[in-house]
Amino acid sequence: MKLIIFPPIPSILVSLFVFLALRHFLELPERAPRLNGLLKYLWAVALPLLLVMETVGSRWETDTHLLIDAVYVGLMVLLAGVVLTRMRALQPARTLLLALAPFALQALAKFILFVLPIEVGPSVSELILYGKPADLFWFFSIVWLVVGALVAYKQQTLLQQQRLEREVEARIQVRNQELEQLVEERTASLTRQTGELRETLEELRITQDQLIQSEKMASLGELTAGIAHEIQNPLNFVTNFADVSTELLSELREKQQKRTTLDAELEEELLTDLEQNLSKITHHGHRAASIVRGMLEHSRASTGERLPTDLNLLADEYLRLAYHGLRAKNKTFNATLLTDFAPDLPLIEAVGPDVGRVLLNLFTNAFYAVQKRREQLPAQPDYVPTVSVRTRALPEGGVEIRVRDNGTGIPEAARQKIFQPFFTTKPAGEGTGLGLSLSYDIITKGHNGTLSLETEEGQGTEFVIKLPN
Amino acid sequence: MNILVVDDELDVRALFEQRFRREIRGGQLRFAFAHSGEEALDYLHQHASELVLILSDINMPGMSGLELLSRIRQEYPTPPPPAPPRVMMLTAYADETSRQQALELGASDFLTKPVDFAALKQKLLQLAAQDDNTYENENSGS
Repeated sequence: MKLIIFPPIPSILVSLFVFLALRHFLELPERAPRLNGLLKYLWAVALPLLLVMETVGSRWETDTHLLIDAVYVGLMVLLAGVVLTRMRALQPARTLLLALAPFALQALAKFILFVLPIEVGPSVSELILYGKPADLFWFFSIVWLVVGALVAYKQQTLLQQQRLEREVEARIQVRNQELEQLVEERTASLTRQTGELRETLEELRITQDQLIQSEKMASLGELTAGIAHEIQNPLNFVTNFADVSTELLSELREKQQKRTTLDAELEEELLTDLEQNLSKITHHGHRAASIVRGMLEHSRASTGERLPTDLNLLADEYLRLAYHGLRAKNKTFNATLLTDFAPDLPLIEAVGPDVGRVLLNLFTNAFYAVQKRREQLPAQPDYVPTVSVRTRALPEGGVEIRVRDNGTGIPEAARQKIFQPFFTTKPAGEGTGLGLSLSYDIITKGHNGTLSLETEEGQGTEFVIKLPN
Repeated sequence: MNILVVDDELDVRALFEQRFRREIRGGQLRFAFAHSGEEALDYLHQHASELVLILSDINMPGMSGLELLSRIRQEYPTPPPPAPPRVMMLTAYADETSRQQALELGASDFLTKPVDFAALKQKLLQLAAQDDNTYENENSGS
């Protein structure tokens, strides 16, 4: 009876596990699917063999067993060699091949000596088959194999790591490309949007210019009647004085022709009158011309050129225009105009037509306010609608213009928005809502000045323009 | 005949004085001038009895011609004596509403600017003749 605690592991089972490990280690399913497929069926050979050995073979002699086992192991080593050679492109496969080489060589030598009937000396057989050197070599080859396997494993791990890194890198690159593409797309869409915005801005700018122009034209329209009236008066004077002068001349000529003794006193009087008339014609001609010039300046797009400007003259001219403009629309309207112009007012570098528009706007508003108050209080005969304009030189330099009315005043709610574009308290169609907003821009942005107001509801409003030198 | 011309244009004085130089020299017409409704009222208060005709512009700063007219009609309501001055309105804005308004307020005439001086002269002389007649009649009657 034999005592067996652990039966000797048949090389057949070992080989199955070794090849399973090898297939996995060399990643055969991915790298060589066909070879892998063949090796997968190793069990189909091994298991029947094992079965035979364990059943029928148990009755065979030990030598036969050993022989079959040796042949099987030899075949397996050969198979491993073939597989590794096929996979020699892999560094771990080459290492394994190298690791297997001593063992395989010894086994081969043993087979050759076993199979071929060659008589060799006892030294050779000792060296290869039995004896101490052979055992030593066998031991060495096993150690070599194990170390080689470890090295191969190390290499494989390193390779996998590198591959992993490459994969990560590749993934990063792909992601980068995606990102780059995304950035490009975004950039393109941003560029497009910027272009669209620029176009819109340009359109808005054009619209703004048109609005400013139409606001100018609207105020010009309000003024047309006033201007007509203003021109009519001087023109009447021109024609009348010219007429009268003709009469005077014919009177003089008549007296000359009659050769009557000329009354020296009368002649002197006639000549003085003639002289006076001519100067009056010149004066009123200039007056009409300056009104026309003002009108043209008002309607023309501003050149933005700053010139020394007499603000007294400007204020006076536009006060009259605004008044007569309103009078032409509402014949029952009357207001007292008060002017208090500082005689020593310094000339101010200003864009005359622009400041004129501001004044015109302030006057028009002032007249509107007193007119409204008049309408609200029809039963108050004591109320005298009054619009006044006052100029003075500021002690710190520059000029102040105050436009005051005793109209309705501006309610608190409207005060905050009064300089905002398109804000108007006038009924639709009467105000563009741009007047004060443009005025504010002209004074602050155009002339570095200030435009402020003091107002009391039901008492009146005063706008204060301050222009620096 | 004393005439008060009310107009805010200062040169109206020079113009009238020359237009009517012969009549002034001849003593048929006498002109006084006021530059505002207020001034005109002041003048009227001082010279009420002498004044026969007021020629007033409508569009003036402060008291307008129409206001002046209504004030005059309030202060000097009805004839008889002394007869209240006639008031002729002069305006550059010759529309029917103001004309109606002026006539309702008691204006004796409504003239448009530019003034037709030939026609005005005729009217004034006619009035002056009438005035002289009434004056003479009154004198002879007393």
